[in-house]
Amino acid sequence: MKLKTALLGAAATLAFAPAAFAERGADGNVNVLYSQAVSIMNAYLSSGTKDVEVGSLVLEPLAGFDQDGTVIPRLVTEIPSVENGGISEDLTTITWKITPGLLWSDGTPVTAADAVFSYEYCTHPEGGCSQAARYEGIEKVEALDDLTVKITWTAPKPNPFTAFVGSTSPILQAAQFANCLGTAAPTCTEQNFRPIGTGPFMVTDFKVNDVVELAANPNYRDAAKPAFATMVVKGGGDAAGAARAVMETGEFDYAWNTQINPELQAQMEAGGQGKFVSAFGTLVERIEMNMTNPSADLPEGERSTAMHPHPMLSDIRVRKALSMAIDRSLLVEVGYGNAGRPTCNLVPAPAQYASPNTDCIAQDMEGAKALLEEAGWVAGANGMRAKDGVPMKLLYQTSVNAVRQDFQALIKGWWNELGVEVELKSIDGGVYFGGDPGSPDTFQKFYADVEMYANNFDGTDPEPYLAQYLCDKAPSPANGWQGENINRFCDPAYDALVAELASTREPEKRGEIAIRLNEMLTKDSYVVVPLVDRGRLSAHSNTLGGVVLNTWDSELWNASDWFRIK
Amino acid sequence: MLTFTIRRLLLAIPTLLFISLVIFLLVDFAPGSPMSQIPLTVPPEVRLRIIEAMGANEPIFVRYLLWLKQFFWVEPLVMIDGMFGTTYSEGMQRIVSWQSRSPVMDIIVERMPQTLTVVGSAYVIGVLIAVPIGIYSAYRQYSWFDQIGTFIAMIGFSVPTFFTGVVLILVFSVNLGWFPSIYNTSLRVTDWDSFVQQVRQMAMPVAVLALFNASQISRYMRSSMLDNLAQDYVRTARAKGMSERVVVLKHVLRNSLIPVVTVIALGIPTIFGGAIITEQVFKVNGLGALLINAIQGSDLPMVQTLTFIFAVLIVLFNLIADVLYGMLDPRIRYD
Repeated sequence: MKLKTALLGAAATLAFAPAAFAERGADGNVNVLYSQAVSIMNAYLSSGTKDVEVGSLVLEPLAGFDQDGTVIPRLVTEIPSVENGGISEDLTTITWKITPGLLWSDGTPVTAADAVFSYEYCTHPEGGCSQAARYEGIEKVEALDDLTVKITWTAPKPNPFTAFVGSTSPILQAAQFANCLGTAAPTCTEQNFRPIGTGPFMVTDFKVNDVVELAANPNYRDAAKPAFATMVVKGGGDAAGAARAVMETGEFDYAWNTQINPELQAQMEAGGQGKFVSAFGTLVERIEMNMTNPSADLPEGERSTAMHPHPMLSDIRVRKALSMAIDRSLLVEVGYGNAGRPTCNLVPAPAQYASPNTDCIAQDMEGAKALLEEAGWVAGANGMRAKDGVPMKLLYQTSVNAVRQDFQALIKGWWNELGVEVELKSIDGGVYFGGDPGSPDTFQKFYADVEMYANNFDGTDPEPYLAQYLCDKAPSPANGWQGENINRFCDPAYDALVAELASTREPEKRGEIAIRLNEMLTKDSYVVVPLVDRGRLSAHSNTLGGVVLNTWDSELWNASDWFRIK
Repeated sequence: MLTFTIRRLLLAIPTLLFISLVIFLLVDFAPGSPMSQIPLTVPPEVRLRIIEAMGANEPIFVRYLLWLKQFFWVEPLVMIDGMFGTTYSEGMQRIVSWQSRSPVMDIIVERMPQTLTVVGSAYVIGVLIAVPIGIYSAYRQYSWFDQIGTFIAMIGFSVPTFFTGVVLILVFSVNLGWFPSIYNTSLRVTDWDSFVQQVRQMAMPVAVLALFNASQISRYMRSSMLDNLAQDYVRTARAKGMSERVVVLKHVLRNSLIPVVTVIALGIPTIFGGAIITEQVFKVNGLGALLINAIQGSDLPMVQTLTFIFAVLIVLFNLIADVLYGMLDPRIRYD
């Protein structure tokens, strides 16, 4: 009897020990710094990463992505698959089962109707929803019962994890947003600033573009989480100031996107107050080659259109030579340090879709020179190349940004060594990325020979990203310069392969096709010249535990697991 | 004096309307688009719909007239409703920021306190330091005090605040750990401890700005004093046997203050404009930070409304300075 009591007692202690250790709100306050301040908590009305990420502390999707890009359940019991019957055999429907007993932070139950409402909210034609692309190809979303949501696609959908998956398509509470559909969406200031959510935290105070104060959600599904009772997300300043507040003064526990030069990183890290963490996603800094002639001598409306091929760059040997002359490892060392790595791929991740190609990593100046000779571009007396009396001269544009200007200078040096004259141009980001059809300086209009910027894709499936390079997606006066095929690349074989990808269901096969497509754009044609695979770089103090950087979902994806190291 | 004031007030109306039009055109023609804030992962057709929902694709004159109506009709009604609990403005479209989709005026009101406390107290402190320094520097021209004063004023005047701000942070936050480098806008002063905290977080931004303001004003004060000290009436006062104290502080100071008061009054609108750089360095997030943020994000309604409010303040304080001038110097009458 005594032994039994003792054993029971021991068992009870063991059972309660973790509970006593991890108790909701036990670790007080955590300070987070976003150098870009938060403007709104509703991801459907802002596409800014900062808004989506901080919003994800409150509003959650049905499922999210973990640090490896795997889909993980958030508000559902399990991830639907063809095996468990959640996805129909013909890939046209997906059925989600919401966890029973799940509550909103105001204590009301989460139902399938909330998911249906979220779909209606974002797809309303007058709402201007920023995340509408997440709901593309949906025929209908219906609530089969209180806890079952069924999505029907208009065509078989090999990757159904777009709607309600990831921080960009969260579930809104239907009751709270009922009057905010369509044109009323922006007028719902209170709802957009203080949404009721299912996440680990809820908003207690919101100051636009300044500070968001949050408190632990009393109805969060895990009774032991979050460990922090309150969270303050301050905004403003710059990346260096944010890094300093964590690494040097210790005022903040976590700083988002502390992209500073490698030298400063090392200097701050030496302080020993905190550490930088980095993770790699799909963001690639690249040089895009213009396949069409941007010459100012052409009439307006014909410049940089398929009517006139580029006099130099339409020759693959020239493009390849320009790529071979670049030392990508040096670029990384100068610009990004630990937060970058050289790459030859447009799609650097996930592993399933990433080509093993590393041909471009080693710089080959002699090979590049030989290639240009072969193409007929012969060096003149001053070392600069020309062909049929036409000098080899390139206009190289990018946005105003310290790292990009360093890159421009380095690459110009290498190209000059090749015998290519280079003129540099840097354009204010607001104009370059502004997409104004009236401006000659947008990256879409591409009134230059080569240009540099970074791009990535949302989620883990590169299909829409690779489909941007279809012939008919080239920006032109006809579509108001709005296409995504910046290079005006056009290859019928590529178009056919994209169509094949869209109809392929087997993951292995999809991976193979995606790798082929990526190679067709990079090592087979050098139309896109990838430079650096850019990671996320954030900083956290030594006393903040549980931080796992995630590039596939919100960076604050596991804030419920954060705790104070004592 | 009264007719002069009324005439000036009436004249201000067309001036302000003209200013508003110029600002609107300038802001609109400036390169940059709110689209640049949308990541490239968002497809073009979705971008187009976002822009449509913002109303950013309407013709310029439609947007200008709408803004005029919202600024001069809807917003005052909202203010009246707020004060008296009426519902005149119900269902009316207010000026809405493109970045946060919330009413611009609410954000401005929310930002006002921290700007007024930090930039305002820096201005007051700057004036309080500058006036005595200016007086003494002039009275003892070329003394060591004057030389040091001139030297510090030159530093304060020529070293940019983004440099002094970061130096202060490195010295007092990083190395000594005395003051926080980030301003906490949520701090409420309720007791002694929170008051001390408020003073600590204000110390560095106020020091940076006060140095700048004091340098400027002390130079004006000094030169104005010097002008007056050489006047005949000063010699007369001394000849009548008045003490130095009375000569300097009563006769000379009063006369010297006239131009300085004008300069101080004209500087007040800049308090509301916030201190763009200093606010950014210390993350005070006041009106200056609001403006620069809106400019970077091409948030046209916000930029337009803020700059116009600054224009109104400048016109207003110009008028106040003129009226003050007349009151301080009885020889100047505008009638």
